[in-house]
Order: sequence, then C-alpha cells, then structure tokens
Amino acid sequence: MLRLTLAACLSVLGLAPTLGVAQVTEFTLENGLQAVVIEDHRAPAVVNMLWYRAGAADEPPGRSGIAHFLEHLMFKATDTLESGEFSETVEANGGSDNAFTSWDYTGYFQRVAADRLGLMMQMEADRMRNLRLTDEDIETERSVVLEERAQRTDSNPGALFSEQMRAALYLNHPYGIPIVGWRHEMETLDRADVFDFYQRYYSPDNAVLVVAGDVTPEEVRALAEQYYGSLEPSGITPRARPSEPPNIADRRVYYEDPRVSDPYVVRNYPAPERDPGDQRMAAALTLLSNILGGSGATSVLPRVLQVEEERALYASTSYAGMNLDDTVFSVFNVPVPGVSLEEAEADMDRVIAQFLEDGIDPEQFERIKFQWAADQVYMQDNASRLARTYGAALTSGLTVADVQEWPDIIASITAEEVMAAARLIFEDTRSVTGYLTAPEDQ
Amino acid sequence: MIRAFIAFLVVLATPAMAQVDIREVTSPGGITAWLVQDESIPFVALDIRFEGGTSLDAEGRRGATYLMTGLLEEGAGTLDSRAYATEVESLAARFSFEANTDSVVITARMLTENRDEAAELLRLAIQEPSFEQDDLDRVRTQVLSIIDSNANDPREIASAAFYAQAFGDHPYASAIEGTAESVTALTRQDLIDAHRAVFARDRLYVGAAGDISPEELGLLLDRLLGDLPETGAPLPGPAPYNLTGGVTVIDYPTPQSTALFGQRGIAFNDPDFFPAFVLNQILGGGNFRSRLMQEIRVDRGLTYGISTYLALFDYGPMMMGQFSSSNELVAEAIDVLRAEWATVAENGVTQAELEAAQLYMTGSYPLRFDGNSNIAGILAGMQADDMPIDYINTRNDRVWAVTQDDVRAMAARLMDADGLRVVVVGQPEGLESTD
Repeated sequence: MLRLTLAACLSVLGLAPTLGVAQVTEFTLENGLQAVVIEDHRAPAVVNMLWYRAGAADEPPGRSGIAHFLEHLMFKATDTLESGEFSETVEANGGSDNAFTSWDYTGYFQRVAADRLGLMMQMEADRMRNLRLTDEDIETERSVVLEERAQRTDSNPGALFSEQMRAALYLNHPYGIPIVGWRHEMETLDRADVFDFYQRYYSPDNAVLVVAGDVTPEEVRALAEQYYGSLEPSGITPRARPSEPPNIADRRVYYEDPRVSDPYVVRNYPAPERDPGDQRMAAALTLLSNILGGSGATSVLPRVLQVEEERALYASTSYAGMNLDDTVFSVFNVPVPGVSLEEAEADMDRVIAQFLEDGIDPEQFERIKFQWAADQVYMQDNASRLARTYGAALTSGLTVADVQEWPDIIASITAEEVMAAARLIFEDTRSVTGYLTAPEDQ
Repeated sequence: MIRAFIAFLVVLATPAMAQVDIREVTSPGGITAWLVQDESIPFVALDIRFEGGTSLDAEGRRGATYLMTGLLEEGAGTLDSRAYATEVESLAARFSFEANTDSVVITARMLTENRDEAAELLRLAIQEPSFEQDDLDRVRTQVLSIIDSNANDPREIASAAFYAQAFGDHPYASAIEGTAESVTALTRQDLIDAHRAVFARDRLYVGAAGDISPEELGLLLDRLLGDLPETGAPLPGPAPYNLTGGVTVIDYPTPQSTALFGQRGIAFNDPDFFPAFVLNQILGGGNFRSRLMQEIRVDRGLTYGISTYLALFDYGPMMMGQFSSSNELVAEAIDVLRAEWATVAENGVTQAELEAAQLYMTGSYPLRFDGNSNIAGILAGMQADDMPIDYINTRNDRVWAVTQDDVRAMAARLMDADGLRVVVVGQPEGLESTD
C-alpha cells in the first residue's frame, strides 16, 4: 500500500522547477565577481553571502591557520569602519552575521531585512579591499583563535583523532592540515602572514556573491554593480595544489586519550569528488553512503550490526562530494561494551564484504531515490541552506548548472554504478584505519 | 562617508514587518492548533508539544520519559522497528521526537502527495508505540553510552553539578537521561506508564505551517491526537532554589576549563519580563557587542565566546551563561565576569547599549518567521508560553517601551554578583572552590 513508484518519485522531482519558490539566477560582473540569486519571497528577509575561493588548503606550507585567522580579523577595522563596527551596524539593523572557513573556501554572511541588502554589500565590498590590521588586534585575536582551538579540538578527543586521521590520509595535499591550524604554527602567525593571504586571495575575481530571499536578480545586480563594480580584479589564477602520490600503502592510526568514553574504529578511503560536468561517480558514492549508513534502522551497517546482531552502538558511513580536490569516504563502527575494536573492525569488513556479494536491495534503492527527490521539496523551505549549497559548490570547482543537474543525476544512477563505486572504494583503494581508545588501566 | 550613510539608515528605517497570518483552528473533536497556511511548497510542517516533559518521571524512574521518547519510532502498531522506518522512508516523511526538561516535542514534515499515509505512521508512533523488549534493550544501551559520554564531557559535568546544587529534590536537579542505575532498572511497564503520563490532551500545543487548509488540519488533528486521554500525570510543582554564590571547581584533566554560571532568573509571565529580556541581550545575548563578549573576548582574548541567557524553566527560571577559557586564563575571565555583573547590577546599562539592543531585537524578530518548520515551532512555543495570538504584533512595541530606568531597576532587582555561582570543570590555575 505504501509502496512508492518511480513515477511518484519523478513527479516530486518534476514539481521543483515550477513552484515559483527558489528561482535561481546567475550573473558575472566585468571584474569577475560571480553572483547567484535565489528568490524566496515568502518573508521580507535576505541572506547576503560573500564567498572567497581561498581556504586552509591554500595556505603556504608551515603557516597553518591563516585562512581562519583572517576570517576573524575581517571583523576588525577598515579604512572607514572601526574595529567591530561591521557587526555593530548589522545588529543595529536587526541583522545577524557570521563567517566560516573550510579547506576550499572562506565565507561571510548576514541575515537582514531585505531592504538592508545594499548596506550589507557596501560594507562587504569595503572589507574586501580596505582591511586595516593593527598589531594589537592581531595579538588579541590570536589568543581568541587559540581559545577556539582549545575549545573545539583540544578539549575533544574525537576531534584530535580526526585531525590525526586526516594528516595520515593526505601524504602531500594540504587537506592534511586542520582548518583552525596546528597550535604551534598558529602561535607564530603574524600580520604579514595574514596580510599576504588577504591581498592575494580577497578580490572580486576570486569571490562569489550569493543572495537568497526576498529580492529580484535585477535589484541584486544593480546593487552589486554599485558596490563591487568599481573594485579592480587581481588577475587570480586557478588554484593548483600539491597532489597526492600514488596511493600504495594502507596506514593505521592509534590514538589513546583518557577522556574517551566509547572507543571506535574508523576507516578513511580517499575518494573522488564532484567535478564540473562529471558527477556520476560522486553521485554513485553519495548513494552508496546512503545505502550503507544513511538510516539507523534500514541501511546496511546499522541494520546488521546495531539491530540484528546488537554488536554496535552506532555504525555508519560518510561521504562529502563537494570538494575541490580528492575527498574521503569513511566507515565507522562504535562497538557495544565487550566487543573489542579488532572485532569491530572485522564486523565492519564482514558486513561490507557481504554487501559486495549480495548487491543492493532494489526496494531500499527506490526509497533512497524517493527521499532524495523529496529533499528537493524540503530544501526550498530553507533559503539559507540553498544559498550555502550554491556558495560551497561554486568555491569547490562546480558550476550553477552542476548544482541544478545533481538531483537528476542522482535519480539516474543505476544499482550497477553504485556497485562499481563500492568496488572502487572497498577493493581497489588503500585506506587509513584508526582506533580511538582510552588507556587500558581506566 | 560610509558611517554617515549607516547612521542615516538606522535612524529612518525600521525593517518591514513580516506578514504572519495566524489562524486558530479547532478540530471537530475540540483540539486547538495555530496555523499559518502557505501553499507555495507542497508539504506541511507540524510541531506538537506536550507540557511536562522529563519532569514527569515517576519517583525512582529517572530517565523513563527520555527513553520512552527515544522508542516512539522504534516500532508501533503491527510494524517492528525496521518495518516502521521502512514505511517512513517510503513516504519521505521526516519525524523527530525529543524529550526536554519541560516538554516532549514531536515535529513532522509530510509531503502533500502522501500526507494521509504519513499521518497514519505518525499517529502510530504517538498512540501505539510497541516498546518491544529487544528495542528497549537496544535503545537503552545507546542511552547508557550517552550517560557514560556525558561523564567525560566537561560541559555535561558542569551542568550536572550546577543543577544538583540549585534544585534540591526536584527533577530539575538531575540529568534528563537518568543515571546508569536508574536507566538499567527501567522496565517495559515503566515506559508504558511514562507514555501514559506524558501524552494527554490537557497539555497539548500544536503549531502547523505550510500546504494544508484549516479543515484538513482539523481532521488531521483528530486523527493524530483525538484518542489521547484527557488528562496526564500531575505537573511538577515549583522547584526549590538552593543555589549560593561562589565557585565550584571540578578537577578534570583538560587544557581548557569550561565554566557554567548562573543565579535566580525571572519567569516569562512576570510583568517586568521585557526589561529583563532586554537586559540579558545587552549583557550577554550572544552577539559580538554584548557587554561580556566585549570585555572578555574582544578586549582581552580570554575566550572564544561567552553568552548569557534567561533559562525559562517552567518551575524555576534561571539567568545563566557559559564560556571556556584555557586553564591559565579562566581565573581572570571569572574576575572580569563578576566585576561586570556587579557593575551592571549597580549602574544598569548605557542609553547607547539600550538602543542598540532594541534595534537588534526588533529588527531581527521578523526574520525568524522564515520557513514552514520554523513557523510551526514558533506557533507551538507561543501557545505553550501562554502568549496571545496577536503577540507577534505587540512584541516589538514592548521591547521599544523598555527605558534605561526600567533596565537599571531590573538589573538591581535581578543581578546579584555575590549570589552568582560559577562551576568550573578543568584544571584552572589560581582558582579554588569557595565551599
């Protein structure tokens, strides 16, 4: 009775473009600034985002943490704004603002009433070029980012372990460094480090403007011309980072920390990411991750290890395809007390080997496809999330067309393609396996 | 030049107010809900709240409501746990079940094209959960692992100590998940009893937003909730307040200390709530320009972030806050915190701070009403807090009505630097427990 059909699945997909909510438009200014406008006229609000194609993986060797440090310092003084005045102005206009840094991008955003968009762009354009850093701001803010690292990483054994896992996975590519930076390098970052990075990467031809909410593309274009149009481009060249050597050896990481409550095993495989015009393998890997770990009761790993055998507290997978360079496919297993990590690793391997033999349950495959289609409906309820998707895509090497084709590509992936992706990862790829444990005498 | 332009805008313009058209819907069976109807996206969001929450745990059964809520989607009616999940996935419905201190909250998003089938699954979870022993044992193991993790989490350690000191023998004094001992002892009958205690029509609040008509919503409410019993377990009474001023240090080997601080707060229905609301915004309301953020992060670099909040517990409101600082910095941060607390209690805030907070609070309010899921949650929350249906239209005027004198009087009444308790988990330098 509740069985869905492929027709139902496609009907949901077919609805999305005709709804009138979340219309997407793109344009590029003469100076190279790329812009995406997502219309949602249900509330008189707007999200203004400016993304730079520069992140932690673009830092010079040995100077980790610059991209994120600069993100903090962008809230300090410019030629015309005092330190802190940017956020004060946003708040005085009823808005909220923040920023984020990843390996491939740094992004700044404000949520405000739609009639304040011009002011936001004016200030954002100002700090793209006119940042004024004092040594005092650098000193104080360095202490803040060290406190941030202490809070988010050093206080969290799982985060420390993940950092070690990444460092072991990427032998040569700068994805191996943490976004926040290694503490010993963060402590030495100075004004010149930050300013060089700022001048090199913060320019209109290296930025993507994403505006979502109660606006029209014409309004956004006029405002963008007004505030960003006069900024000179830097003649930025495409990013070329050190690449990985052939992946010939499995590696293992053991990390012991007295603060660990539930030991677990994780295995990371290097995996292909979404490339412009070439997203099928990434789509197959995305579905593979859904099939193996996407749902607590019905996907393969938790169904077998948590529900049927009761040998795991949590077992799952993760795969994030939106990356400029090679990404990671992860499998992890948190065993129940009494099951060792060696056994947990063997459990994980056994379930995956069985999956490679059995293949995909067609009904599960259909359900997952239908949920992907439905997600296109739910996504439209959240303009900020849509804005983030486009911003991340355009700073990770993808185009607007790639984002818009993605749901159809997902819908068209066959079970055979998913199994081919599974074999690529599980049979042909060397990996890093890690154990996170507490010391034995605890 | 930029500055002049900014000032100009701030003075003249007040952001456009969102048009939030709320209808009160009463079902044929007499269940009330607030609805914002909007057909632009083909799904509906529901937020269903039952007052009481984990504070309804029976004596000696701490953790029963939390575990019960975790089991609602683990098998219901004739469907076992896997079959239930399979059916929900087939319809791409999204349900969540959450147990809180004062409420159990159920949210749902259902596609228009299969709403009746999805609603039937939700009805099963609310009204006919199976609580099979296998599922109970599996979820119990997960809860025990959460309890175990919390014992190693500095924030959780701080919370546990803080609430234990504050609330005596009230349920608020202990963690909602229960203890390893209490959870291990829970039986299937305990969960059935907890279910009977929590889900009743006399404590129910519903918000709905999206693609559904009032008539359709009425029928849906009766189907989902109509068969629930009229009354549930008696609601808990007021909590005692046992907190004293001072510092509690809990030794934990970590490079950064976590601090949780607080004192007596103010209830939402207090006639002077709005001055307190504005006061908190100025003191530590979560943005960069708050007094504490400015003093402790921006000027001194002692933390990544500090915030305060009015914790509106139904039976014991608190004014609380938190931050983390490296072990060698935390003592200084606490000195600054206590000094600011005393300064504001004595002098109130500046007119500039007041106006900035009012601009922010009134300007940001309309921005909350974006998206069906957010709106449904706000509508249910407003009812649970006994707000009138026109609250949205009057709320900003009440924020604007607060004067500098109102804030000064409220700060003097509410804030007590000597009564402030700070619980620190870590290995802070130069800081010891005061009692």
